[in-house]
Amino acid sequence: MNIPESLKYTKDHEWVRIEGDYAIIGITDFAQGELGDIVYVEIETAGDALNQHEVFGTVEAVKTVSDLFMPLSGTVEEVNPKLTNEPEAVNKDPFGDGWMIKVKISNPSEIDSLLSAADYQNLVH
Amino acid sequence: MQKTALYQKHIDLGAKMVPFAGFEMPVSYTGIVEEHNAVREAVGVFDVSHMGEFILEGSGALALIQSLTSNDASKLFPGRVQYSCLPNASGGIVDDLLVYQMAEDKYLLVVNASNIEKDWNWIKSHSASYDVKMTNISDDTALLAVQGPKAIEALQDLTDVDIKSLEYYHFAIGTFAGVENVIISATGYTGAGGLELYIPNADATKVWDAVFEAGKNFGIKPAGLGCRDTLRLEMGFCLYGNDINDETSPMEAGLGWITKFTKKFTNSETFEKQKQNGVEKKLVGIEVLEKAIPRQHYEILDANENVIGEVSSGTMSPSMQKPIAMGYVTTANSKEGTPLKIRIRNKLVDAKVVKIPFYKN
Repeated sequence: MNIPESLKYTKDHEWVRIEGDYAIIGITDFAQGELGDIVYVEIETAGDALNQHEVFGTVEAVKTVSDLFMPLSGTVEEVNPKLTNEPEAVNKDPFGDGWMIKVKISNPSEIDSLLSAADYQNLVH
Repeated sequence: MQKTALYQKHIDLGAKMVPFAGFEMPVSYTGIVEEHNAVREAVGVFDVSHMGEFILEGSGALALIQSLTSNDASKLFPGRVQYSCLPNASGGIVDDLLVYQMAEDKYLLVVNASNIEKDWNWIKSHSASYDVKMTNISDDTALLAVQGPKAIEALQDLTDVDIKSLEYYHFAIGTFAGVENVIISATGYTGAGGLELYIPNADATKVWDAVFEAGKNFGIKPAGLGCRDTLRLEMGFCLYGNDINDETSPMEAGLGWITKFTKKFTNSETFEKQKQNGVEKKLVGIEVLEKAIPRQHYEILDANENVIGEVSSGTMSPSMQKPIAMGYVTTANSKEGTPLKIRIRNKLVDAKVVKIPFYKN
């Protein structure tokens, strides 16, 4: 299972890449594997200011549906446009092409609450 | 948790295993959509050994089956299978099942894994006045469903039985992959054609290996319960626990075609009245017109946004690439083309009643 060292993680199986004041967010390789074939990614929170742990969207797989949670408080600045027509990008490349949202971080102290790659590895092991 | 005789095969193939009806079963191997497409276009192999099998033997076997099942088992002959259901006393369904006539005065009933104990007790409790011996062979029997348009061609070399000539819902008993007395049945739950093979547990891995060897030039793939569900739903086949249960009537569920009033059976008066007077709700096919998937228990509303029922099964159809569902609606809203709305999380999504099967070959 792929768990890049450079990223931060949550117990809800999201990954976070911190880029200055911004965070790029997606779901992990483990999460996409558990969900199976993803058919829709529904994110209608672009422009919204959301708190940590709030739902920012849902992901529909053939078998199941799952909410997506904000790893950090912030404003959703961008939604990956590719996912509208190519939701399978989340299965194929969860840490790359399958990224989900870009968030302007409103409370940088929350970054400390995220898991390291090693912590996340222990969680899903 | 029980394991089927093929458990180690699934582990070796890297299957994702899930608990289902008390068994550890493969839900998928390489992905639901890929496995689904293998069954629709080539061949897929399902381990459905969790299903239950009862043998009913004796001069009273037919009379007992006739008194408990909705279909007319007197139409059977050795080599013929029938889809049927066991109605209960309160207007619902104990289980749906297959009835095989094996020989004169000998029948095989194939029931859902989740209902093995319930069905056994139900049948047993009604059998006292019949000359019938009941044997539960579920724990000794493996069941492989080899499904898909290329299944018959791929498997023909494994048996002397002329499987190409075996008509739908007919079966033969013969040697298959060197194993004697295999029940070779032209049935399935996918609408893709193919066979179901009933094998003693001890020979299950031998047959599994032979089937994969025979299918290697036909695009054969192992297929899990995930795509079993998408395949059956595309055909509009009922799943017990979702679309039918202890409370739904066969007449409501669109199972009038297996409910024959040529004889008396459990609660047949109620169902005959329903046939004459109509029912208040009906199971219908539903197509969603937006990008959202209706799932079990989601509310169904009419065009004026009154709640008129709920979804019993729903999925993304891999063959048609659109969301499909079945659900119960008031009879007034059950006609093909009727506009509906489905509450999907916080939104009302447009949908309509469509004919089943959703998928046509």
